[in-house]
Amino acid sequence: MKIIGLSGSKVGSKTKTAMDYTVQSLTKNYPDAEITLLDLADYDVQFSDGRHYLDYDGDTGYVAQTIMEADAIIIGTPIFQASIPATLKNIFDLLPVDALRDKVVSMLVTAGSPKHYLIPEQQLKPILGYMKTQIVQTYVFIEEESFYRKEITNDDVLFRIDRLVEDTVILTETFTKIREEKEAEYDF
Amino acid sequence: MEQYRIDESKGLEFGIYTLGDHLPDPHSGERISAEDRIHEIIEYAKLADQAGIDFFSVGESHQDYFATQAHAVVLSSIAQATENIKLASSSTIISTSDPVRVYENFATIDLISKGRAEIVAGRASRIGLFDLLGYDVRDYEELYEEKFDLLLKINEEEVVNWNGEFRAPLNNAKVLPRPQQGKMPIWRAVGGTPQSAMKAGYAGVPMFMAHLGGPTTAFKKTVDAYREAAQSSGFDPAALPVATAGFFYTAKTSQQALKEMYPHINEGMKRTNGGGFSKQLFAQGAHKESVMNIGSPQEIIEKILYQHEVFGHQRYIAQIDFGGMPFDKLMKNIEIIGTEILPAIKKYTAQK
Repeated sequence: MKIIGLSGSKVGSKTKTAMDYTVQSLTKNYPDAEITLLDLADYDVQFSDGRHYLDYDGDTGYVAQTIMEADAIIIGTPIFQASIPATLKNIFDLLPVDALRDKVVSMLVTAGSPKHYLIPEQQLKPILGYMKTQIVQTYVFIEEESFYRKEITNDDVLFRIDRLVEDTVILTETFTKIREEKEAEYDF
Repeated sequence: MEQYRIDESKGLEFGIYTLGDHLPDPHSGERISAEDRIHEIIEYAKLADQAGIDFFSVGESHQDYFATQAHAVVLSSIAQATENIKLASSSTIISTSDPVRVYENFATIDLISKGRAEIVAGRASRIGLFDLLGYDVRDYEELYEEKFDLLLKINEEEVVNWNGEFRAPLNNAKVLPRPQQGKMPIWRAVGGTPQSAMKAGYAGVPMFMAHLGGPTTAFKKTVDAYREAAQSSGFDPAALPVATAGFFYTAKTSQQALKEMYPHINEGMKRTNGGGFSKQLFAQGAHKESVMNIGSPQEIIEKILYQHEVFGHQRYIAQIDFGGMPFDKLMKNIEIIGTEILPAIKKYTAQK
């Protein structure tokens, strides 16, 4: 199973801090999974210009292809101006129609204000649904007060991330099994 | 229809196209050499000609897993190896070529084949060739429109006066040789959406519509949009041919056909397009209402006749060889087309 942790912003440290813990939890609990952290702050990803995703070179090509090869993606994103950041939206724009079919996607969201709680529900889920994702419905919403100097200081957040990781893996296994059984029925 | 060399009284034309893909056979994982693949395509065209199939075309793709980048060269070889079958590109990427050179090549193929060549001009679904051939992908739309217009002009006028943005002007230029009958059919390649079809309609040129999957009725909107656009520009839609092109595979039963074709489509699309073909969607390809012609010979005859009823098209073009399909399977398909499918389709669509 290939799992990508996608840290969706170049700004700040909270999302990255939460994603680092997420990857740590994945690695500890699912040592057989192939886990990759894509922190967009580390890559020079160009804006989508409409070309086929295989036609991008360099970091853009690498990021797009790595995502396309994944079985599951855990997206970590901050909320800016009551919206997902442009860096994350650009990733969706780079990918083709139905790009996330047969993939499981879960979400971890950091925000400076509790007022942002429904942004993933109202903005991120419709995009993921359109791209044919199997969405892990429950997401982890983490406010500023749970961080101190690049550490998560709230045990409840750590527990919730552990549960998100578990849900992501269980759903991926389940959907893979269902799909394999269904495909076997076609007999071709 | 006459200027497009189509005689509707003989019924729906049946053609075969290849993209010129060069992919491994998913069962063995092995890929034949480019040399063998090109010879296979020439042989495939010969067999199609012998089976009485009306049309054969070869595509141009400049990327990994393709072998017919120089598709006009392959077609000229086929021209000499065949007797009656019409020959075309599917498609020529006019955006990144010089229309003068394209016309010279295809007029020459027309003379070699004694009046059997046609051009289908497209704009490429992938853009690697813009870098390769030295064009700016930002000019994608304009390059296509300007060069396609010039290609049409060269076909219409023996002495060309032209100037544009992407090529040196032509002053009293003669583009030679001329095709056998002075002109040849030039089609506009359309990707299946009504917006794309309308552009062909506005220009009053024949439409070559490729379709992947989905219900036949969904593509009727595209055909209708084409004819309405032609009408609104003052052209007679009844004088403009429509060709449809898509996946085809026949075997004893539809289940066997699905089974034999699926791995080639799925693995081939993974390599060339970065994503496989969903089994769920592919299974629907066997339905009578699907535009994909997969099934037993009798089922395919019924599907093509149904499509003819819905589209009122003049030519259907089958893609069978995608994804490293073994040659013996291609031979078997051609044999069934020639002996069962083609006679039935002609019988029911010929105007008496």
